[in-house]
Amino acid sequence: MARRLAPRGGEWIDRNRPLEFSFEGKKHTGFAGDTISSALWASGRRLLGRSFKYHRPRGVFSFADHDVNVMVQDRALLNIRADVTPLEGGQKLKAVNTVGGLKMDLGQVNNRLARFLPVGFYYKSFHKPAKLFPYYERLIRSAAGLGSVTPGEGRRHWGKGYGFADVLVVGAGPSGLAAASAAGEAGAKVVLVDENARPGGTLTYAENASGGADGMLADLLERIENNPNVDFRADTVASAHFEEHWVPLVHREHGMTKLRAGSVVVAGGAMEQPAVFRNNDMPGVMLGSAAQRLIHRYAVKPFDRGVVLAANSDAYGVVLDLLKAGVEVAAVADLRHEGEQSELGDAVREAGVRVHTGHCVYEAKAAKKGAGVGGAVIAPLDVQNNAVPSRAFEVGCDGICMSVGWAANAALLAQSGCRLGYSEDLHQFVPAELADGIFAAGRVNGVYRAEDKVRDGERAGTLAARHVGKGGAADAPAEAPRHAGPAPSHPYPVYDHPEGMAFVDLDEDVQLKDIKNSIQEGFDSIALVNRFATLGMGPSQGKHSNTNGIRIVARLMTKTIEETGTITSRPFFHPVPMGVLAGRSFHPARRTPMHRRHEERGAVFMRAGDWFRPEYYAAPGRGREEAILGEVRAVRRGVGLIDVGTLGKLEVAGPDALELVERICTGRFAKLKVGMTRYALMTDEAGTITDDGVCARLSDDHFYLTATTSGVDALYREMTRWVKVWGLDAEVTNYSNAFAAMNLAGPRSRGVLSVLTGLDLSEEAFPYLGVREGAVAGVPARVMRVGFVGELGYEVHVPADAGLHVWDAFTEAGEASGIRPFGVEAQRRLRLEKGHVIVGQDTDGLTNPWEANLGWAVKLDKPFFIGQRTLKILEKKGGEEEQRGGEDRRLIGQRTGDRKLAGFALLDGGEGPRPKECHLVIEDGEIIGRVTSIAHSEALGKVIGLAFLPADRTVGSRFQIRADGGALVDAEVVKVPFYDPDNSRQKGAGQREMTYQGGKA
Amino acid sequence: MKILNCPINGPRPVQEFVFGGELREMPDPDAATDAEWTDYVYNRNGSPGPRREWWYHLASGTWFIAERDTGTNDVKKTYLYGDEIRDEVEHG
Repeated sequence: MARRLAPRGGEWIDRNRPLEFSFEGKKHTGFAGDTISSALWASGRRLLGRSFKYHRPRGVFSFADHDVNVMVQDRALLNIRADVTPLEGGQKLKAVNTVGGLKMDLGQVNNRLARFLPVGFYYKSFHKPAKLFPYYERLIRSAAGLGSVTPGEGRRHWGKGYGFADVLVVGAGPSGLAAASAAGEAGAKVVLVDENARPGGTLTYAENASGGADGMLADLLERIENNPNVDFRADTVASAHFEEHWVPLVHREHGMTKLRAGSVVVAGGAMEQPAVFRNNDMPGVMLGSAAQRLIHRYAVKPFDRGVVLAANSDAYGVVLDLLKAGVEVAAVADLRHEGEQSELGDAVREAGVRVHTGHCVYEAKAAKKGAGVGGAVIAPLDVQNNAVPSRAFEVGCDGICMSVGWAANAALLAQSGCRLGYSEDLHQFVPAELADGIFAAGRVNGVYRAEDKVRDGERAGTLAARHVGKGGAADAPAEAPRHAGPAPSHPYPVYDHPEGMAFVDLDEDVQLKDIKNSIQEGFDSIALVNRFATLGMGPSQGKHSNTNGIRIVARLMTKTIEETGTITSRPFFHPVPMGVLAGRSFHPARRTPMHRRHEERGAVFMRAGDWFRPEYYAAPGRGREEAILGEVRAVRRGVGLIDVGTLGKLEVAGPDALELVERICTGRFAKLKVGMTRYALMTDEAGTITDDGVCARLSDDHFYLTATTSGVDALYREMTRWVKVWGLDAEVTNYSNAFAAMNLAGPRSRGVLSVLTGLDLSEEAFPYLGVREGAVAGVPARVMRVGFVGELGYEVHVPADAGLHVWDAFTEAGEASGIRPFGVEAQRRLRLEKGHVIVGQDTDGLTNPWEANLGWAVKLDKPFFIGQRTLKILEKKGGEEEQRGGEDRRLIGQRTGDRKLAGFALLDGGEGPRPKECHLVIEDGEIIGRVTSIAHSEALGKVIGLAFLPADRTVGSRFQIRADGGALVDAEVVKVPFYDPDNSRQKGAGQREMTYQGGKA
Repeated sequence: MKILNCPINGPRPVQEFVFGGELREMPDPDAATDAEWTDYVYNRNGSPGPRREWWYHLASGTWFIAERDTGTNDVKKTYLYGDEIRDEVEHG
């Protein structure tokens, strides 16, 4: 612990709790309360990281995570922000972005090649020739990115919570603490957050600056502690502002809290900004506030002999703090010709420190041994703020502190929609116009003196409480005076050097000359320079670079800062681990009443939306294919039972029930007899199929309508809207969850059902497509005789809580008939043999009824249904072409779209490669269609399927499907239905043809 | 995240709602020309500004109208479908 100072009052470390850790394989010891950066700097190490592009050595710089010089990895934890992450015992840390280790980093060669890597190098160099791009991509990808993923380490879960506050105060410095107490005292529930481990802000490290009186911090903290309305959260970053004061609070361990506030006080302070000069990125060059934090919070000596680059009073506070910590201050270079006229200035001069007014640090020189600074080249400035190198001199030192100015930490303000304006008095952006419910206080508001900050905080807190109706309605507290006297920031602390390496952005190694070159290349706005030169595009989002970047662009383009504009940092303001963003994800799971029984029968489940449905029932010693085949056979030869409880089930009742059904469905229902069902197809206004089901007429003004599992919510929603728009006297009720449903199918289904019901199941009394209400297994039930799978079948709907009972009753009653439960996969194959389409599988977001061979279900001659007008236009177009001679079959097809769902069979009998759903139909190298369903049919001894094909393909024409691996598989268009084309199995003899007829064409 | 004021249930987070598109009157399908009809079906006004929109509160199944400025995302007011029409009639 080479650089640890003697114990000092107010330090944040606990010297009784030493912590051992390793960095780059070497063991070190720090203390509880240290951050990783402070513990490493205390150990005497100066080389802590490598820069992104040139792999330059880097050390502590802002020590506030406003740069990413020190970014480390601890085993599976990537990209740890070492400046602000607490040290833990046992951490095994490594610097990211090195090739072969930090010391011998092979990437250093980029530093020597820097002049061959100009701005925009990657954009310009790696796009030609195109065939080499995959190689370039691999190269760039391995060079880009930080940290290395360790896939074997398992997933870490972060929590996700929700929070509420009347007033959220961001930042617990003097103004934030005052704002929180004022709002809390007014009766508002306050959440106060600060990204540091302790509250206090500048009062915890800059005791000489800005006039913070002794005891001020203690008083402020006491007010907070004594106020039950104030909930203070340390180590918590308010990382973005979204609509209606929705702010994600990120905590390293607890994850994310999504907090909704009534109003927000932004008291985020200001971020110290560097000067730009040659080698300003060397280890040992740091911000004044970084040195102060090292000293006061962590008792770490920043360096032994230092030079301070000054442009404000804060710099002189830094000098005094350094002296007190035992650092020799070799020189102060003050950018201002007039120097510092204050008590602090006097104190520094009295201490015997040499102050060079009107001088800059022109260059940092490397030490002869080890990494980092060995000297500072100090040059006088002419009246135009240009360095005069001919009169420069060198001062030996191992550290350079920069205190030249500040930038408002205004990211949340900007995100909330505040307008920022540039104050020429402060040389800083300050809020010019605040958004509703947003208040700013302290340095972000341009208020710098400690007493003024407290006043400003109290004002903002009072107004924020008042915004949510808390506190009295007395006169609004007066604005605190903004900073008076010399500006805390220098307007242009930028000093060019012919040999370059004067860095504006340390994250991305953006040099002053890169910005110049970008503008020369014609990128003439800050937003473009920002992107082309990657200024502010690194992980710290320009916290230490945007201000100087804007100044440089403004000067080069001879514009004012205000005209040049600002760069709004995007959410999230600080880098956040992906795991925190992901949190824990919760997916609703819906199970039918019979779910337990499916499990007992060995069901393998698949998800259908949120529902779990048995895909098939696994049988011991038999594979999936065999199990499914067994289920198919049971339905074709005996009897099977499938849980269809996930189906949508709607009731439509009331005097206008028929009218509503007619307007929603494409078919005609006026003449549907009570006690009968009819296929129901729904389209949207564009004539695209949205859903289908069965519509049963229970009485003159009472219909029962089924819909698809995934479509019913939208259908119900649209129906209730149309009821309002049309002013119909009809009620739609969604019974999807209230009813269980199962389909008993197969030649022996009637026998099984007859055991359990008194309903007359004879062909005459309960014909195909009939619906009956009566008791089944002692439970009131609706029974519909439908034929989706192409066999005699009954769909039985019962109240959900009786579902399991009825299922069990069927299983028992069917035992002698060999009843088997069957799953979704068997049902898909059975219906495919019948050529029945599944909406959403065999149709897509553009399919009209004719394309799906459902034209027979569309009645264009009835008064109205949704989509009818569009379908009439489509039909007319096809008809006109037909009248013109009907030669272009493709255009005739457009009556029904230029494609059509066609049945097909593979020619090879299924021995070769098997295409899958969504595989493409290829002709002469072009895509002409797509497979929507495919399966082996035992009944037919073939692989059959449905595919979208050009409308002119007739039965017998051949085509090729490209299967996995690129093999082209031959197929032939065949007639649909594939199986039992007369539908004799599902209906009684002599009944009228009422089901799918295979379409018009 | 946005908060929407359901006329029945009060202010709720926007994730409880489904957007139902702009409130647009369907032209008379029998009187409209093909061009008028296809314009209604396929074309939407994307320019920012005040709009009357359909919103649906999922948890309670409530359709209502929100007057929202699509440029600023400010919701001026929300009301049930019939109410505003009645207001317009009553207040001329």
